Amino acid sequence: MFGSTQLNRRNHSVQKLVSILFGVVTCLLVVPVLTIMTVLVYKGGPNISFEFLFSAPTNGMTAGGIFPALLGTIWLVVVALIFSVPLGVATAVYLSEYASDTWLTRLINLAIINLAGVPSIVHALFGLGAFVIFAGFGTSILAASLTLGIMTLPVVIVATRESLQAVPPEFRMACWGMGATRWQTIRKVVLPNAMSGILTGVILEVSRTAGETAPIMFTGAAFFLPFLPQGILDQTMAMSLHLFVVSTQVPGVPETLPYSVALVLVSMVLIMNAASIVLRAYVRGQKKW
Amino acid sequence: MNSDKKVLVCQDMDVRDSAWYWDKFFQILMLVSGVSAIFLIISIFFFITKEGFSFFFEPFSFREFFLSSVWRPTSLSNPSYGILALVIGTASVTGFAMLLAVPFSLCAAIFISEFASGRVREVLKVLVELLAAIPSVVWGFIGLSIMNPLIIDLFDVPVGLGILNSGIILGLMAAPIMTTIAEDALKAVPDHYREAAEALGATKWQVTFRVVLPAAKNGLVAAILLGIGRGFGETMAVLMTSGHSINLPTSPFDSVRALTATIAAELGETAVGSDHYRALFTLGILLFLVTFVINLTADIVVKGNKRH
Repeated sequence: MFGSTQLNRRNHSVQKLVSILFGVVTCLLVVPVLTIMTVLVYKGGPNISFEFLFSAPTNGMTAGGIFPALLGTIWLVVVALIFSVPLGVATAVYLSEYASDTWLTRLINLAIINLAGVPSIVHALFGLGAFVIFAGFGTSILAASLTLGIMTLPVVIVATRESLQAVPPEFRMACWGMGATRWQTIRKVVLPNAMSGILTGVILEVSRTAGETAPIMFTGAAFFLPFLPQGILDQTMAMSLHLFVVSTQVPGVPETLPYSVALVLVSMVLIMNAASIVLRAYVRGQKKW
Repeated sequence: MNSDKKVLVCQDMDVRDSAWYWDKFFQILMLVSGVSAIFLIISIFFFITKEGFSFFFEPFSFREFFLSSVWRPTSLSNPSYGILALVIGTASVTGFAMLLAVPFSLCAAIFISEFASGRVREVLKVLVELLAAIPSVVWGFIGLSIMNPLIIDLFDVPVGLGILNSGIILGLMAAPIMTTIAEDALKAVPDHYREAAEALGATKWQVTFRVVLPAAKNGLVAAILLGIGRGFGETMAVLMTSGHSINLPTSPFDSVRALTATIAAELGETAVGSDHYRALFTLGILLFLVTFVINLTADIVVKGNKRH
């Protein structure tokens, strides 16, 4: 009575086929990248040593290490974070805790979407016009970091807003019921409960900032510097630009050197991202509500 | 009498102690931060316009700018600012990338959201997320050092840098982002749609194609639009893989030059305020406006979906 008809069987086999087809296509998307990573590790891996990471490029950038670029990227990321994390978190707090659905809120959301969507080279033009020339910072870590910070602001805002909205409204109501002001509630109840989500966003922002090239090309990163930056008004080298330079601009670079630079850069970015994914999974497991 | 007392109590409640002032202070501070996003996007437009606007008076000519394919800004005797070849370069690379990325990322999104389950789904989602994180300069390097010799070997052409290389790299870059957004759109379709269809005896793929996809249509269109915006604005990867020569392409192996790559390659060599410098900022204004329109359209399309 419940035996399958011919139509049932046909539907079933079509389903199998579609499922397998889509699975294969998804794998096709992932496989080339895993291959590429393998090539990067295979060609660039052997060259990486303690000395490679902690010495300066020598011999017209065809030999030596990457220390100035590594240090420069850390400078750029830290200064960008100092600026963008407080601003991003405050924006997210406004959108999640204060704003109601008005035209202003919609305008702010639209602005955030566009900040994320504007091409990186346009951010570079803005950084050059606003920070290097208009504000008079010159090509410096400060100008480059501000440009990077503005560009990656949406990452912090979106992650923070999501984690703030995941805090149950009952927590806030209980706190208001005790006679706390809105700000006291945010500081003592909402932010502590959303902290790990905010941290996830910050780590993601670090990885975005470390990998960007175009916005820092004209605002503060130099192809090569014989000295390390001493303060935020100095120029600096950076990992991303260093990869561009050794793979396209310098003649006579040994074949494996750019692979090593690329491998270090990709590792930095992917480790950061993996950390944020693990943290997010951990937080989800810990949630008691 | 009774109501008078009530008013009194209410006034008593509103104690203007330090907590009250701190509350007001932070409310204003958060509002200012929120509004700063609007301020930032306006100032981006203001500053690129400030640097590039005067180009529209001199030596800008509408005909030359949009209809000529001669981009020769450094010529001393006869500089020319025609962006037609650059626009076609950007369009051909982005178009090729979308040809690859749209079917792949839609299939991947459907597979992850509708067919895969449990562990497989989690692993695929993490992989897609990691893919999206690879910096564009690394993609450019991959195109330059791995794809380039591969294309030369496979197709027996002298140079492997061009629309094909750039398109593949850009497609691989845009696909994870589009997959994530498309998957979100599919996930937003309520489960009772699926349950109702399954209760009528539909198989999984029938549910997916007849129920879930039509319901998620707007979100999927938005995903494609955002992918196009991403490809259009990509700079470093295109600069390194497109060959960067001004060309009206006739085959996928031809080298082209993109709008973004032109700015990245030439801005460092121009004097502040020169015609060339202002022309590059004008390209920036164009890029800003086009991506603004793409993002706005995607936003409106998604909002239209939510009203249902």
